[in-house]
Amino acid sequence: MFAFIIRRALQAIGVLLAVGIISFAMFRFAGDPVNQIVSLDTPAAEREQVRRSLGLDDPVPVQFLRYLTSAAQGNFGVSYQFRQPVSDLLAERMPATLELAFCATVFATGFGVLMGVYSGLKRDSFLAKVFQTVSLIGISLPTFLIGILLIYLFSVTLGWLPSYGRGDTVRLGWWTTGLLTLSGLKALIMPSITLGLFQMTLIMRIVRAEMLEVLRTDYIKFARARGLTTRAIHFGHALKNTLVPVITIVGLQFGSVIAFAIITETVFQWPGMGLLFVQAVQNVDIPIMAAYLMLVALIFVAINLAVDILYTIVDPRLRTTIRQPA
Amino acid sequence: MPQPVLSVRDLRVEFVTRRGILKAIDGISFDIAKGEVLGVVGESGAGKSVTGSAVIGLIDPPGRIAGGEILLSGKRIDNLPPEEMRRVRGKRIGMIFQDPLTSLNPLYRVSEQLIETIRTHTNLSASAARKRAIDLLAEVGIPAPERRIDSYPHEFSGGMRQRVVIALALCAEPELIIADEPTTALDVSVQAQIIALLKRLGREHGTAIMLVTHDMGVIAETADRVAVMYAGRIAEIGPVREVVQNPLHPYAKGLMGAIPSLETDAERLVQIPGSMPRLSAIPPGCAFNPRCPFVFDRCRVERPEPIQHSEHRVACHLYDQSSVRSEAVA
Repeated sequence: MFAFIIRRALQAIGVLLAVGIISFAMFRFAGDPVNQIVSLDTPAAEREQVRRSLGLDDPVPVQFLRYLTSAAQGNFGVSYQFRQPVSDLLAERMPATLELAFCATVFATGFGVLMGVYSGLKRDSFLAKVFQTVSLIGISLPTFLIGILLIYLFSVTLGWLPSYGRGDTVRLGWWTTGLLTLSGLKALIMPSITLGLFQMTLIMRIVRAEMLEVLRTDYIKFARARGLTTRAIHFGHALKNTLVPVITIVGLQFGSVIAFAIITETVFQWPGMGLLFVQAVQNVDIPIMAAYLMLVALIFVAINLAVDILYTIVDPRLRTTIRQPA
Repeated sequence: MPQPVLSVRDLRVEFVTRRGILKAIDGISFDIAKGEVLGVVGESGAGKSVTGSAVIGLIDPPGRIAGGEILLSGKRIDNLPPEEMRRVRGKRIGMIFQDPLTSLNPLYRVSEQLIETIRTHTNLSASAARKRAIDLLAEVGIPAPERRIDSYPHEFSGGMRQRVVIALALCAEPELIIADEPTTALDVSVQAQIIALLKRLGREHGTAIMLVTHDMGVIAETADRVAVMYAGRIAEIGPVREVVQNPLHPYAKGLMGAIPSLETDAERLVQIPGSMPRLSAIPPGCAFNPRCPFVFDRCRVERPEPIQHSEHRVACHLYDQSSVRSEAVA
């Protein structure tokens, strides 16, 4: 198990190095950084001085190494537009995005599993068919459209929920949370649904398909022949066997939820990292873009590792294969 | 004669499909006495497994029991409400399936599956159930059961897993065990061990056993009586020695002729020409008539009813006195 984690951690470092090269390359492909720092009428001598002071005259590998060292220490440079350290900007915005992604995932997993189990067990019922139809809509409608429709219905027409922002937040150390105030919670509802709807339908469909598959297996038939209660069979034996693919999807989708919160955050003007990233793109603020890229890669790698470890908790067969790699 | 543990009377099972109703079981009757092993043989699709599923009440739609009665120790069980039938399953009727590799839930320890079953059917506390689970594993011949009980199914070999499956079927000391091809997926040497185990359990507990298989060797070794099934009907039923050595029904003759023997020096084994009809195309009269070497006119129009002939009960016009007469007239 320990060797397995070490192996995975080494792979993770490899992935992060590759992403580091890409984000470092962004600085060089997006033109001369000196031009973006100095003004148009700066004399050439002064430009050279800036270049030297920033270390931009060093060979590329040296610069890359320096970039990696500072990135590993959480230093991603200074934002061009805000003139603040990128790490501070991201840290300030991160709680908003993580809270949103968390709520969206909880919503998607909770409802997705419930609806999936229901439509797997009673696949011919009317409600199951409604779920199937709704899930088609959820899969095919683009996120921004769902967000705009929700805003139109609940904010503009009914006036129940705020159409933008996070509401009131409470500061806990460096973390700001909207989960502790009523307006914060109300503000979370629509963005979470918008962000999680696709994931919910995906999870629902996978759980349904897996349930149908598992209910056909011999051990379910044997469990019935042993006279176990329907409840024990469906929720003890069948549901647990559907969990491995569900964990995969929830885990990988959590990464996507964070990364693709960009659209939802734009629609709802949610003050998170996604919105920061969109502003950075508009203003060619490369340090923010590069740091965001690294951060998303880090999140994905961490989630993948967590998913692998979760597998072994759910499925005992994987524990032995990991202990004795072939 | 004491009351049989299982008594099946004119059982009919149908499957409703888009192309019409298929009769998987078409009027079969048999009894199994306490401590008796009834072997049920026949080709794939003859209705052996469906009979087992019908007895334990696990015929799933589109299948349904269309008629007849199933009596367990004299009480009808085929018309019980689902919840009551669930309490019969596992408690009074145990079932063993063909493939031990897939019969156990891979995600739960053997102990969890045993204790869950025991506690479903008894009032034992968790620790008493665990003790009983260990005793059961010892009884089915798993070495060091205290140590092995907390293993996962994949940590056992195929034969050991089948022993665990048998232990699970025995949890509540059922009156009847339905063993559906219990040895088909196992190595020959392991097969013999499992058969010996089943026989011993039947003898020691007086459990009636319905042994479904297509392996005549297993039947000859294990069963007290044997029922030969063909196309959803029982062609012949009788004491195993009688049916194996002196089969009456032409189909049973064909089956027994197909058992390789060390005594005779045959170049090729006897083979029954043709194959069993599909359920959607069972011929009128006797279902076996297109393949039967002794077929005559009556077989093509009239379905033979089972008749007693010495110790056998056989469904064949050859053994009906009236058909001999009508033959003479023709």
